[in-house]
Amino acid sequence: MKLNKLSNLLLAASMTFAVTGVAQAQSRDTIQIAGSSTVLPFSSIVAEEFGNNFAQFRTPVVGSGGSSGGLRQFCQGVGANTIDVANSSRKIRPNEVEACKANGVQEIIEVKIGYDGIVFASRTDAAVFKLEPVHVFLAQAAQVPQNGKMVANPYSRWNQIDKSLPDQEILLAIPGSNHGTREVYEEKVVVPGCETLTEVNAMDKDAGKKFCTAMRTDGRVVEIAGDYTETLARLTAQKDAIGVFGLSFYEANRDRIKVATVSGVEPNLDTIISGEYPVSRPLYIYIKGAHIGVIPGLQEYAMFHVSEGMSGFGSVLESAGLIPLSDDERAAISENIRLKKSL
Amino acid sequence: MTILAENPIKTVVHPSQVQQKVIASLNRRHRKEAWFRRTGLLAVLISLSLVALLFINIFSKGLPAFWQSAITLEIYFDPQIIKIPAKPEQAADESDNDFRQRYLDWQTQVGFVNFNRLITDSLQKILPDASKHRRDLGRIVTSGERFALRDMVIADPSIIGQTRSLHLLTDANIDVWLKGNIDRSLPDAQQQLSPKMREWIDKLSAEGVIQNRFSLALFMNPDSRSSLASAGLAGAFMGSFYMMLVVILLAVPMGVAAAIYLEEFAPRNKLTDLVEVNINNLAAVPSIVFGLLGASVLIGWFNLPMSAPIVGGLVLSLMTLPTVIIATRSTLKAIPPSIRQAALGLGASKMQAIFHHVLPLAIPGILTGAILGVAQALGETAPLLLIGMKSFVASIPASPFEQASALPVQIYLWQGNELRNFFEARTSAAIIVLLLMMISLNGLAIWLRKKYEKRW
Repeated sequence: MKLNKLSNLLLAASMTFAVTGVAQAQSRDTIQIAGSSTVLPFSSIVAEEFGNNFAQFRTPVVGSGGSSGGLRQFCQGVGANTIDVANSSRKIRPNEVEACKANGVQEIIEVKIGYDGIVFASRTDAAVFKLEPVHVFLAQAAQVPQNGKMVANPYSRWNQIDKSLPDQEILLAIPGSNHGTREVYEEKVVVPGCETLTEVNAMDKDAGKKFCTAMRTDGRVVEIAGDYTETLARLTAQKDAIGVFGLSFYEANRDRIKVATVSGVEPNLDTIISGEYPVSRPLYIYIKGAHIGVIPGLQEYAMFHVSEGMSGFGSVLESAGLIPLSDDERAAISENIRLKKSL
Repeated sequence: MTILAENPIKTVVHPSQVQQKVIASLNRRHRKEAWFRRTGLLAVLISLSLVALLFINIFSKGLPAFWQSAITLEIYFDPQIIKIPAKPEQAADESDNDFRQRYLDWQTQVGFVNFNRLITDSLQKILPDASKHRRDLGRIVTSGERFALRDMVIADPSIIGQTRSLHLLTDANIDVWLKGNIDRSLPDAQQQLSPKMREWIDKLSAEGVIQNRFSLALFMNPDSRSSLASAGLAGAFMGSFYMMLVVILLAVPMGVAAAIYLEEFAPRNKLTDLVEVNINNLAAVPSIVFGLLGASVLIGWFNLPMSAPIVGGLVLSLMTLPTVIIATRSTLKAIPPSIRQAALGLGASKMQAIFHHVLPLAIPGILTGAILGVAQALGETAPLLLIGMKSFVASIPASPFEQASALPVQIYLWQGNELRNFFEARTSAAIIVLLLMMISLNGLAIWLRKKYEKRW
């Protein structure tokens, strides 16, 4: 009967699927990348251009998941079902390198691709902010010193922290701890701001650090686990909110948000390159050395990433918002990749 | 009777009093009914207006994105710029592999040509003051179009030396500016385009050189990040297509077979009861759990590729399986037992009775269940995020084993793109495409049911 033939056909088809599936899994010819959502736009552009420029290689696939998520995937081991490149908006931590080595990922090639600024931005119709690191600390801290004692954070408006700040409710949208941006935000803004307080300097180092990064939990500081669009949505909903963004995201949405100066410096390409603007960080990609020569095009991809046309001055990535490395530094990194110099 | 005697007044009821009482009670009941009807109607109206709100919101945002600004340019394929050797031809004694290598080398060489020059040269002819603003000039046409020119040369090198009139997509920010998706009155510092660029665009648009054209890119191109204006749905569409293929090939036959066995052949005992309870439970498992299973078992143990539609299809098959089983079983239950009895009475074996008589009658119901299951799988997003399908994939997959995205995931990805002014509309357009596919699948299910339905 007709029905029987049909079901035989379906069975045969699904078997073929299963068999080819196993055969395909042995090798992979597409570079697989995952990690930081700050690096993702840049890496995606490089991946696409790579696929378009090298007829012999396939276009790499770029996933997100945050710097920590990407590095965790990266360190799962060696083989076709693990990723080849981890994007990270912070340097790999020593414990992550150990985790990698424990899982057999011995060769980790670190590639610095450029810099990115972190900006504080609010809606264009909100007040103008001239922030100092200490303001941000006082706005987000769990406890603040007052009259020599530590009290629960009493501030609810910015002008209570400093008369020069606008009379606006304190609402901070900061990146969640899965983002590399968070670490830089704490390292470059919160902790330096906190350490300007004499009470904190009196504490011992560990207690001080713990005190500085303790966050208030009354809902005035919101951790955003998703990407910057989610932070932007928060700003759209709440006029008073101030969000933490990457400079490139701000550049693409200048009609919707405006930036605050930090320590009197406005964030832009020039102030970040010169180091005047304090809140910037290097961006990295980590290449799995053991996959070079196994996954076609991996080394070429890394070289292409730091080539002048891609990430030099006047390059594609610069117009996408990446702050380029100096030519000498780029050349040195390119040489590292060629020699497969591992961490 | 004693009660009557004690209380004679209450028992003697005047007929008009009865009437009044009945009328009052009737009125009360009518009021209640009218109230219930109004509440029901209100509920329908509220839900309808919410759906209407959703549709109006999505369609008003998304429909304009189906048309995209494109510039019409006379492109001269200048032999001075395109200096490439002749396209290789396979020699008689050359192996396929050698030829392929030679052909790839040639392609790479064509790739070194600066196709942007062709575009800027052509632009210079229509923009007299162009030479002073070379940087802006290079940003009018979206960067991906240079590959379109390259592909034309690769396909047919004889084009070199000729002039072709081409419609090239403009940069995403130009589309945003012309559609009014950015406030035109904002100061320069907040604009994405330079003042010179805006002046050019308005001039070219008034002259009709830049026009809104139906966006083929949206349907023909894969996703793009280096050339935002050329980002399209083709890659995600093929990814979804392969996944649905896997679901149809795996979940439907398996689900139907399981349902037939459970309904018609399986003995009624504790074990089949347990199976039944579990199937119903499986239908209620949140889809993200299937994603976790896919990530740890299919990718972790069976070493299937990450971000591949085959894995997505397998995961979605698991999710669709209970839906298909339950729908098939209820259809089989609805076939009158007289059909089976008549077949058995005429000497058919049990299998013959089922496959020759019951199943053909059940086909419309089974198809409806299967199509609804597939439609549900098509819109599923959560499990796909966990098996790496939310990656950026800039190529169209040629098989279910190649990395791909899926339509609902593409919506999620575009929703997160940093150029909000352009991608808000693009995202809504993608939602419209997905909605239309869902509606047509559901329509197909209704049509099949209506056409083949038998009433008993």
